[in-house]
Amino acid sequence: MTDPVPDEQVLSDRMGAALGGDALAYRTLLRDCVPLIAGIARSQGVGRDLVDDAIQETLLTLHRARATYDPARPFLPWLRAIARHRAVDVLRRHGRAQAREVHDQAAYEVQQDPGLPASEQIARRQEHQALRGLIDELPAGQRQAVEHLGLAERSLEETARLTGRSKGALKVNFHRALAALRRRSGSGPDV
Amino acid sequence: MSDTHMSAGFPERLPERLIDRLSLDLRPMPPLPRPGRRAALWLTAVCLIGLMLATFADLGRMWARLTATPDMAMAAVGAAATAALAALAAFMSSLPDRSKWWAALPLPTLALWIGASGAGCLRGFALPRTIVEAPDGSMPCLVFILGVSVPLSVLLVLMLRRACPLSPGLTAALAGLASAAAAATLLNLFHPLDAAATDLAVHALAVAVVVLLNRVLGGRLLG
Repeated sequence: MTDPVPDEQVLSDRMGAALGGDALAYRTLLRDCVPLIAGIARSQGVGRDLVDDAIQETLLTLHRARATYDPARPFLPWLRAIARHRAVDVLRRHGRAQAREVHDQAAYEVQQDPGLPASEQIARRQEHQALRGLIDELPAGQRQAVEHLGLAERSLEETARLTGRSKGALKVNFHRALAALRRRSGSGPDV
Repeated sequence: MSDTHMSAGFPERLPERLIDRLSLDLRPMPPLPRPGRRAALWLTAVCLIGLMLATFADLGRMWARLTATPDMAMAAVGAAATAALAALAAFMSSLPDRSKWWAALPLPTLALWIGASGAGCLRGFALPRTIVEAPDGSMPCLVFILGVSVPLSVLLVLMLRRACPLSPGLTAALAGLASAAAAATLLNLFHPLDAAATDLAVHALAVAVVVLLNRVLGGRLLG
């Protein structure tokens, strides 16, 4: 949950401060403008997939055009005008791109997904979760050895430096941890 | 720090990297002077060019012609007012929060300019003794309007580039109209003859070419 958008006077003051070079006020102002710009873009008919484009275009234009802001005038009409124009530009560009692109529904439907099948992805995720659970049940020293040497693939020297344990102790803990994991997962003989 | 904002029930991802970059790039930037002041600055440049050209002109002959033919004087006033109002409209249209209707500001004076020039043509037909330009004599007018419009257009577009026109084509076209109208006003210094239809057509062609070139080239520079 974020703070509500500040009112006109606060935004005008922040923009005035930004013109004076106050980077913090400018950063806060730009963050405050994002939901306003998104709302304006949607009201112009920009779809959810293009709202981010409209926000970026508007922020860039706002930055380039900031000298045209007159501190004696309200900030919101100035922002709205920029946001509306940029939203229309995004729609126009998207419309042109769509007109150029060829739509082939059949080719889309028979396209093979280069990733793993969904069932295999689920099985792998479950295996990862099970292994994570087994690692979490290990004693602290063994768990530390597995996380550094096995999962993060760090060297013995680096792990020894990070954990403050000797290389020998790390090796012993790592082998004991592997044996315990094999035993608990039922994938190997007890060591 | 939250990385989403809620608006109308939809979360927006804050473009943090862009906001950081823009904030880091921030330098103090004084607001631009008011559009009226900037237009006055450009008109001062036009007046300086006019004063320079006036040293080569026969001012007495120009004055006699303008006072003898009120329609030509009206056309000159219309052209000068069109230059001033089109320049002001161009500066207004370069600001995001000003109405697009500012672009219509020079239309009444443009109508006066065209109407008075047309009346001059009619007088050329109606009064047989009127001294009018021969068709081939209009070419220097064309060259003058184009030649004077180019530096005035360049200056105006450079001044407009400091702003951020959201409709660059419209702003550039207004800059072209202002430049062409200013050039047509200055042409009176060297245009001792009454208007003929061909003369008016050449003037109109010159103004149209300047506006079109500005619309295309200036629009790209301002976009």
